[in-house]
Amino acid sequence: MDLSNTHLLDEAVVTTKLDAVVNWGREASLWPFVFGTACCAIEFMATAASRYDISRFGSEVLRFSPRHADLLVVAGTVSHKQAPILKQIYDQMPEPKWVIAMGACASTGGFYDNYTTLQGIDEIVPVDVYVAGCPPRPEALIDAVLDIQRKLKREKSFSVKHTDYKGKLDDV
Amino acid sequence: MTFEIVEADNLYNTILDARDNKGFTLLLDITAVDNLTRKSKAPSRFELIYILRHAEFKDIKTIKVYVKDENIGVTSISKLFKSASWAEREVYDQYGINFIDHPMLKRILNHEEFIGHPLRKDYDIRDAHYCTKAQDMMDELKPALDAKNLDMDEDDLMVVNIGPSHPATHGTIRSLAALDGEKIVAGVSEIGYLHRGFEKSCENHTYNQIIPYTDRLNYCSALMNNIAFSKTVEDMLGVTLPERGVFIRVILSELSRAIDHLVCLAAGLLDMGGQTNYWYFFNPRNDAYDFLSKLTGARLTNSFMRIGGMTHDLYDGWQDDLEDVLKKIDYGISESKKMIEHNRIFNDRLQDISPVSAEDAISYGWSGPNLRASGVAYDLRFAKPYDFYDSFDFDMVVGSVGDTYDRMMVRLEEINQSMRIIKQASKELPNGNICVDDRSIILPPKSCVYGSIEGMMNQFMLTIDGVKVPTGEYYGAYEAANGELGFYIVSDGSGTPYKVKVRPPSFYHMASYPEIIQDYQVADAILTLGSLNIIAGEMDR
Repeated sequence: MDLSNTHLLDEAVVTTKLDAVVNWGREASLWPFVFGTACCAIEFMATAASRYDISRFGSEVLRFSPRHADLLVVAGTVSHKQAPILKQIYDQMPEPKWVIAMGACASTGGFYDNYTTLQGIDEIVPVDVYVAGCPPRPEALIDAVLDIQRKLKREKSFSVKHTDYKGKLDDV
Repeated sequence: MTFEIVEADNLYNTILDARDNKGFTLLLDITAVDNLTRKSKAPSRFELIYILRHAEFKDIKTIKVYVKDENIGVTSISKLFKSASWAEREVYDQYGINFIDHPMLKRILNHEEFIGHPLRKDYDIRDAHYCTKAQDMMDELKPALDAKNLDMDEDDLMVVNIGPSHPATHGTIRSLAALDGEKIVAGVSEIGYLHRGFEKSCENHTYNQIIPYTDRLNYCSALMNNIAFSKTVEDMLGVTLPERGVFIRVILSELSRAIDHLVCLAAGLLDMGGQTNYWYFFNPRNDAYDFLSKLTGARLTNSFMRIGGMTHDLYDGWQDDLEDVLKKIDYGISESKKMIEHNRIFNDRLQDISPVSAEDAISYGWSGPNLRASGVAYDLRFAKPYDFYDSFDFDMVVGSVGDTYDRMMVRLEEINQSMRIIKQASKELPNGNICVDDRSIILPPKSCVYGSIEGMMNQFMLTIDGVKVPTGEYYGAYEAANGELGFYIVSDGSGTPYKVKVRPPSFYHMASYPEIIQDYQVADAILTLGSLNIIAGEMDR
């Protein structure tokens, strides 16, 4: 190809920023790991089923191995007994990764303000989007996925996030 | 409710006699009460309650034991009933009462780093302890292997860990299986990952405030838990709902049963690769949720019931909506049935897998569809009809072999029976009130609250103090989607229960799981777990 002939390049090449390209790719191919524990997991199942169909937003490739996933959806109550397992799963996910706290329990402990329930998963892992509701409707979860998509577009594509985060179970 | 009060030394023999000579073959539940802050004086701080059901399923027997010293405790009855082992562990975990000769007395709901016993009255509800690591469970697996004369190294066994975060466990259940090749030779299960302190929360809320908590016991059929709890408290109050209220409860309860079974079958079939069925079951379920959200405002956790009634009446045009839902459920299950009924893979993978005999099922404390699959004709709606169930024309679905196939097919057919009941109940729905007419139980209409001083006082007192339930102890049982859902409530006359204990069907189904999967393969164990329909919310509470 004659590179001096610039009008050919105009048709074949789009110039852009690396971050924009990478994030454009990531945006519609989030692979969620569903950490489903309780009622919210049932609503997650509804979100994945045909009526709400999460695949319309490019997030239907559910992976139950954390090493294959980049979006952690914590759907349901996390008890203190469950906390080290959640932490382990989060640590096993490769960067970049995002976390959705689905529902009141995952966000704050909900109305389980007691001896056994973790008062929000952000005590253990950093959270990107919180979803209100007990359980949230499938539309609310889809909205959270869209929020993650909007958020990741603004991020540097090759940076490690949350370096200053320190959870209650870190270094114990 | 009357108790047979026995001395701690005679407990074992009394229960042995009740089982062998008096026919009380089903141990429903074991629980304890801490009398520390109770108004009426008791002979000791802790008392144990044993609830048994007769072989003909009509009568229950309740035995009370005053525990003089909780560190010495009482003799374990785990030799008499297979269901007692986990039940006693729970009492030990929550109250710190010892059971002599128990094979494995360790915590079950709380984690190993937990300090104290949360259901003791002097334990603060917010006193939490962080857990830093999961236990390895070999302390339970080792004795199970020893009992079969097996050794990890010599017999070249491999341990596989499944859960607590695994899609096939349908919740937060952890199981460990020792494998010889593909065959499971021994297994253990760990629960408590979804322990949310339901019973402690109950002791800190008024009766109506507890209803949202009951939603989240079996979240696949939340309305049934609402109804079971409200009905138990109404029985304690000695009130019955007007006929229209009861009929609405029957309709909603049976719709919930259908939804619960749809979820169980959808997930179970998904596990064996039948994804098409998942869509066929989940789509009508979504339609049912549309109906419920139109009626109650919520899809999953409805909180629609109140003590003495429900929030409001059915909306205009509900009949058409409900008929439409029933048609769609019918279409979903008939389409799905076409795919599985004569499907070689479905039949071969489910038939003769983990069969449970009738005797074993009763000793495990099973109830509901799982027990009926084993050929035991026990259904509270027939054994002890409540809510006019004896006036509806429907059949009890009973299996023959008690294998995974039976457990699934019983559920599939029960959806049809539930729909029959719904059709009859909505056709014959009487007019009239839906709530009891008693201002000390039910909130007054809003026009009274804003228009009259009595109405405002009623509203205020009922909201602040709660429904005053007469002093006493009561066990109410209800045929929920998974089996006998019981509430054992102790009232001290105030608006807050002194103690609430749930008799969760899933807890006892899960306790038997490590035993029934033995000699089958891991892939079979996954389907068996699906067919038992373990709901972690009601199991761990």
